[in-house]
Amino acid sequence: MGLEQKLGDMGIVTTSLEKAVGWARSNAIWPLLFGLACCAIEMMSTQASNYDLSRFGMELNRASPRQSDLMIIAGRVSRKMAPVIRNLYDQMPDPKYVIAMGDCASCGGVFNNYAIVQGVDEIIPVDVYIAGCPPRPETLIDGILLLQEKIKGEKITTWK
Amino acid sequence: MAETPSTFKLEPPEGLVASTTVFRGEVTLHTAREQLLALLTHLRDVQQFNQLIDVTCTDYFPQEPRFGMVYQLNSLPRNIRVRVNVMLSEHDARIESACAAFLSANWLEREIYDLMGIHFDNHPDLRRILMPLDYQGHPLRKEVPVTVEENAFSFNRERIDRDKPYARE
Repeated sequence: MGLEQKLGDMGIVTTSLEKAVGWARSNAIWPLLFGLACCAIEMMSTQASNYDLSRFGMELNRASPRQSDLMIIAGRVSRKMAPVIRNLYDQMPDPKYVIAMGDCASCGGVFNNYAIVQGVDEIIPVDVYIAGCPPRPETLIDGILLLQEKIKGEKITTWK
Repeated sequence: MAETPSTFKLEPPEGLVASTTVFRGEVTLHTAREQLLALLTHLRDVQQFNQLIDVTCTDYFPQEPRFGMVYQLNSLPRNIRVRVNVMLSEHDARIESACAAFLSANWLEREIYDLMGIHFDNHPDLRRILMPLDYQGHPLRKEVPVTVEENAFSFNRERIDRDKPYARE
């Protein structure tokens, strides 16, 4: 943002600014509607009323990458889908975060073959990995809370 | 009385069939590549096998001829099934497309072209269907390894991690 160059290290002003912006960003994340395979079912059930994601600020999933700031890769990524994912990731505006949900998105899962990308981090940088096949909704919520901690801890120099 | 595979009479004309195998009530006709389309057309028109259920291919690698094409046909009026086998060699992996006889062979043959590399002559739309369009190679052949990444144990985990193409930005 250039604020640090302009204001210099003003101590308490920048610290409070970091805290305020981090709090605001972490409590109003809009995920991109991106379920690929079986983990999408768990993501849907996390979004539904029993394990509610709306209480964390993710009331709606946006269908357009230009309007979202979190991409939850839920499911296995095939080699044919890989350029599409890269395209969508590039279309998301900063600040953007990625959660690799499930074993297939983290490391290829049970599929070690010609068709599945061995972990979506070969294509896009990932912030939080969630293990499970599929991870229970509570695990997904735990991953999202971890992401929120990460966002709250971002310093002013790491802003884009 | 309903026809059973052991009782149904199959008389393809003029030696379209090289040999016949019956195994547990399933009839398999072995034929040569040049007679395939004539045999399929005869089965469809004369013997009433009006449904092509599946077209697949098996790779018997050290054996020559290497590829075995399998066509499964079903007859709805007669309620019987028959299988047609064609063996193809690796250096000449071309065969006439069955789309002239059965339109449902279109995507089935595209899948075989994609994964095994057998070229189909006169196919209306021969291109890859499962792998990305610019993929090199044919994954289900026997010489292609099954796994693409080593299994990680404690002794090779760091090396795999170092060599893996992570995306940084």
